[in-house]
Amino acid sequence: MKNVRTLLCASAVALCAGAAVAQDGIDDATRAPYYASLEGKTVAFIPQAMGFDLTEGWAAGMRGALEPLGIKFEIRDPNWSTDAGAQAITSLISEKPDVIVVHNPDVQSYARLLKKAEDAGIHVVQVNMRSSYSSDAFVGVDYVGMGEKVANRLVEVCSPKNGGNGKIAIVQGILTAAASAYQMKGINNVLSQHPEMQVVANQAADWDATKAKNIAATVLQQNPDLCAFAGFWDVMDVGTGAAIKESGKDVYLLTQGGGNEAACAGLANGTYSEVISWDVPGQARDISSMITQLLQLGTQAGTTKTSLFSPLTSLTKDTVKPSSCWSLN
Amino acid sequence: MLTFGRLSQEQIVFGLAVLLCLGFAVALPGFMTTANILNLVRSVSILGILGVAMGLVVIGRGIDLSLVALMAVSVAWTLNLIASGTSLPQALAIGLAFSLFVGAANGWLVAYVEIPAIFATLAMATLVYGFGQYFLYDLNVVYLPDNARYLLWLGQGNLLGVPVPIVLFAAVCFGGYLFLRYSRSGRYLRAVGDNLAAARTTGVPTRPIIMLQYVLSALIGFVAGIVTAASVASMNTRIAMSTYVYDVILVVVLGGIGLSGGKGGIRNIVVGTLLIGVLLNGMTIMDIQYTIQNVIKGVILLAAIVIDTVVNPRDEQTAQHGDI
Repeated sequence: MKNVRTLLCASAVALCAGAAVAQDGIDDATRAPYYASLEGKTVAFIPQAMGFDLTEGWAAGMRGALEPLGIKFEIRDPNWSTDAGAQAITSLISEKPDVIVVHNPDVQSYARLLKKAEDAGIHVVQVNMRSSYSSDAFVGVDYVGMGEKVANRLVEVCSPKNGGNGKIAIVQGILTAAASAYQMKGINNVLSQHPEMQVVANQAADWDATKAKNIAATVLQQNPDLCAFAGFWDVMDVGTGAAIKESGKDVYLLTQGGGNEAACAGLANGTYSEVISWDVPGQARDISSMITQLLQLGTQAGTTKTSLFSPLTSLTKDTVKPSSCWSLN
Repeated sequence: MLTFGRLSQEQIVFGLAVLLCLGFAVALPGFMTTANILNLVRSVSILGILGVAMGLVVIGRGIDLSLVALMAVSVAWTLNLIASGTSLPQALAIGLAFSLFVGAANGWLVAYVEIPAIFATLAMATLVYGFGQYFLYDLNVVYLPDNARYLLWLGQGNLLGVPVPIVLFAAVCFGGYLFLRYSRSGRYLRAVGDNLAAARTTGVPTRPIIMLQYVLSALIGFVAGIVTAASVASMNTRIAMSTYVYDVILVVVLGGIGLSGGKGGIRNIVVGTLLIGVLLNGMTIMDIQYTIQNVIKGVILLAAIVIDTVVNPRDEQTAQHGDI
């Protein structure tokens, strides 16, 4: 009997002790090194310019993801000046932040500086528009693929096999930007296999809506039976859309952009027929993930090369949902 | 000293425009149609309206490099106000008041503080652009909100089959012509531009007249801005920092209004605008590559200036101090 009582007591004590451990919880051994590897680090962002949907969206997303982790996030805004951007990178190389996030204005300008930054031990993440130098990471649109997607859509919409007349026109941005140069390659890849398609005009509008409108108005005047326009950025193609509306003709306008709410509004009011979105908040998350990964791995800058191509979503008036677009607020 | 056959720059440029027109008409089917000509003029009518603003200042021997920046910022603010719930007339009034205030500040700096116009307005352009970006709106491109739909008519509508921007361009030209020709201030403006010291000696209120130039330029600039915003349903404030303002100066100078002031009129601006319009339209129809377009544009403009220099050589009588 005594033995039974002792046994009972012992098991009760053991139970209590076990419960106490469970109440304390189990520590995640990876937490401490995770936060330690990020705390106090610095990330510098060099956009082409702040003040437009893409860069504001990336900056807001990165800030929201990185600052709670104790990472210092700063922006150097060159305001469309490639010189000012190059100077910002040069001064950052001597300030030695841990990561530079750069939005290239064109393929060449920053290439050498980015290599220099990585030689100095700073990780470089490139956003959306590539430089000819491949750094640790690139997050953004595969523009050759985008061009192929655009051209394939145009073939579907306009090819004589599908009841169209094959006449299309292209409104590019700035000719030297990665978004224009790589994309033309993609478009040509597809169109070269479709001799029935005819590009009646291929002009650059410098990302400006007024220029795009004037070009589109003249093209429509000259080719009243035009089947479709392919524009390279929705913010600029507001102008292309206005010209189509004024002409009163039924021309398909296929454009692309970061999926800002203005794009959805444009689909709803008929300015655009179709928008291919590369979802800026998703890209911001990809960039932040790349940064945390690079900082945790602790490898030497420039030793790994990763590309994260952004998924592309095609939006039309029928497929657009309230959640398809994002707003800054 | 009238030499037989001497042509003014205006006539040379007009001749060039007609020649180009004829060339395109023969070579490009569809160029000489009413629809295309209307489209051609419509595409440059905003440039033309800005040209009138710049022209008035240049005739008064000034220059307004803040014209495009001020237009972009004041109209972007107006659109932003409408989007945030201000009524359309009130927002327009606030935007216009802002524009006129900055114009008056420009005029005050030039007339009373006596800073050379080129520096005062250059600094003002940067100031206004930065101020707008920081305080008045968040994004570079401000969209026309839905409750300002009426405005769209100004940029995209038709009046008796003529696009409204053309009508407005004509109206601004006519207003400018009446002002220069018949109003007292208009004639004073020309006098001040021709010879400031002489104008002052004869009792012309030179400083208020100089202020007036910049206020007028801000006013016409605001009109041009509203038409721009209406025609593309948005305002791209980046044009403030682009070379657009030089295109405007080009239209003015190309038409034959000398930067030394006192010369020329509205007709010169119309001619300059038309030449640019014909060039751009023809080259777009031919689908010439963008970079080559710039080369051709540059060559034709240089040709116009060279012909003018050969036909009208500078001499001590026509050259003025400060001639650029």
